[in-house]
Amino acid sequence: MDNRSEMHRRERRRYVIGYGGSLILTLAMFGVAYLFGIETVGVYLTIGLLGLAQLILQLVYFLHIDRRRSSREDLHLVLFSTMVLLIMILGTVWVLGNLAIRMHMHTM
Amino acid sequence: MKRAPTHSYPGINLGERHASADKAAEVVTFGFWVFLMSDLVYFGLMFAIYITMIDAQAGGPGPHELFDLKSVFAQTLILLTSSLTVGLAMLALKYNLPRGRIILWFGVTLLLGLSFLVLEIRDFMAMAEKGGIPQRSGFLSAFFGLVPLHGLHVAAGCLWLIVLGVQLRVKGMTDVIISRVVRLALFWHFLDLIWIGIITIVYFGGLTYG
Repeated sequence: MDNRSEMHRRERRRYVIGYGGSLILTLAMFGVAYLFGIETVGVYLTIGLLGLAQLILQLVYFLHIDRRRSSREDLHLVLFSTMVLLIMILGTVWVLGNLAIRMHMHTM
Repeated sequence: MKRAPTHSYPGINLGERHASADKAAEVVTFGFWVFLMSDLVYFGLMFAIYITMIDAQAGGPGPHELFDLKSVFAQTLILLTSSLTVGLAMLALKYNLPRGRIILWFGVTLLLGLSFLVLEIRDFMAMAEKGGIPQRSGFLSAFFGLVPLHGLHVAAGCLWLIVLGVQLRVKGMTDVIISRVVRLALFWHFLDLIWIGIITIVYFGGLTYG
């Protein structure tokens, strides 16, 4: 029983760490936007990286995805979906972005 | 650090106390992950459309006139906290705490989910007042295709919380109900992940490049 409550505490701590970390990253994100304004690419890159860090943090601490052997199958699923998604997103942005540039040139 | 040996499906496992529920949940939980990933692809394409549409404002109101970052900040904190509380409900289930505890965390999560929706709908109404309606421009169409889609997911999650809370009260903790709680927790965490994408790309990205 003692062992169980010990495990319970440990798992709860995982959630609290995930929450605290996400909270800090969220505050940092909005703080950067508030302090430096959201005009330059550098600021946006910082915000983007903070967002990415929070995504990974929550995947690990809330959704329990990691490189443990037992959850690796699932990691493969997530990674494969991400790859498909990236191909589709980058492809869309590339093709449509290119189209937009050409269309603007046409009207100029 | 030793882990529980019975780790039979992705995400948090219920452990040996719920071995039969774990076994029953194995296939459906993996299937649910497949659903989540296909939902992710759907969201991802909406993100892609939004990115290509940021400039297509057609002289209508843009991100700077329409977005209210304070409200977005509040929504972010609310949704993040609800992601924690749904995790705590999950742990209460896993460690056989009294059923009231699970229902309590469900209630808190539901309340947070509903307040998120109220804030979001208020934002949409404020946007509409400033002329930011979906048919105004490609940018606004993309915005209203994406952000309310997430809101719709949250609303579905709230409904699911209510139904599952009632089922927990009426039927008790059967294996089927337990595996449903596992999936609801996954779904709810997933919604918070999407929201991080929305604040980063839709709101901050819109303000930077719009």
